[in-house]
Amino acid sequence: MTDLLAIFIGMALINNFVLVKFLGLCPFFGVSKKLTNAFSMSMAVTFVMLMASAVTWPITHYILIPLDAEYLRTVVYILVIATLVQIIELFIMRTNYSLYSAFGIYLALITTNCAVMGVTLVNTDEGFTFVESMVSALGAGTGFGLVLVLMSGIRERLEISQLPDSMKGLPVAFLVAALMGLAFSGFAGMV
Amino acid sequence: MIKWIKEFSKGLVVSNPIFVLALGLCPALAVTNTLDNAIGMSGAVMFVLLCSNMLVAVIRPWVSGIVRIPTFIVIIATFVTIVSLVFQAYIPALYESLGIYLPLIVVNCMILGRAEAFASRNKLSLSIADALGMSLGFMAAIVLIAVIRETLGTGALTFFGITLFTLPVLDEQPVSLFLLPAGAFLAIGLLLAVFRKWGLIKND
Repeated sequence: MTDLLAIFIGMALINNFVLVKFLGLCPFFGVSKKLTNAFSMSMAVTFVMLMASAVTWPITHYILIPLDAEYLRTVVYILVIATLVQIIELFIMRTNYSLYSAFGIYLALITTNCAVMGVTLVNTDEGFTFVESMVSALGAGTGFGLVLVLMSGIRERLEISQLPDSMKGLPVAFLVAALMGLAFSGFAGMV
Repeated sequence: MIKWIKEFSKGLVVSNPIFVLALGLCPALAVTNTLDNAIGMSGAVMFVLLCSNMLVAVIRPWVSGIVRIPTFIVIIATFVTIVSLVFQAYIPALYESLGIYLPLIVVNCMILGRAEAFASRNKLSLSIADALGMSLGFMAAIVLIAVIRETLGTGALTFFGITLFTLPVLDEQPVSLFLLPAGAFLAIGLLLAVFRKWGLIKND
């Protein structure tokens, strides 16, 4: 149990995907302008991360490793993620249209989100068991959501603040990310 | 020929993938802690982008509609696998230090973006120009960030084991913040602001 907690905290805070591992930066800077969008996006990403980890784990351990074909993992993982995103999109569109209109556009973006692919690669590299993989996906998603929501709160305030023209938009977002990264580096060595 | 030069040069400054389009940021920040990593990463990206753009431009008449994006993804993933196997075999040290960022080239939005936005609509020669321009722009951007981070963070600049120069004061008291993840955000944010101030890049 403590191992699982350590993995969760490690993925969410110490090795935060956005601020420490630089994964999922496109949505981090693209979608983090409004709080509600940021929240929807992080929920969608967490869900896809969990699904992707749940599917890639058996594929890796029951197909790729016995066949000695681990070099195929890049191709296999990206195909699994792309297919999964399509299935989830279709499923939500048919079953719950209001949810689809809220999450739909984010799902399409998730295929090329390196955070999802990153989780599956980290799970394999660390040699996690199935339960550990799920916990690590949940932790990565939570950490991603946490910084995305924090960032969007800060950016909503930045919109109305006086800044030099050359700092507006992306440059100041990078500087805010740098400060958040410094704050998160305080978590290093916690576990 | 003029068109070729135009497509080639646009990636260098006007639509620089990192500073203007803000695509492919993940590797730009993650592997720019040393110059070696930045050069290795941009070499890998250049190979993948060039090969995928060429292949996409060639098979353009037969691939259309809804199978387009999955096809591009498989093509890119194949070239990424090739490049990681080559790195693993011939430059294992670089392979180790690039870690998961090497397979993650597959989800680099820049490469899929060029395949979809350019190569699937243009002929082979222009697609090669686009790939070369974009990857050289990418290389210029991440090498610049890496030079700044390594110089300030360690007080010296090394290129595959050869020390290029050592700075007098920083050598003993390096600003190690620049080697931390936070330093990457700081470096790219300040660079972007300076480029906008000089008018190299338009403001938002």
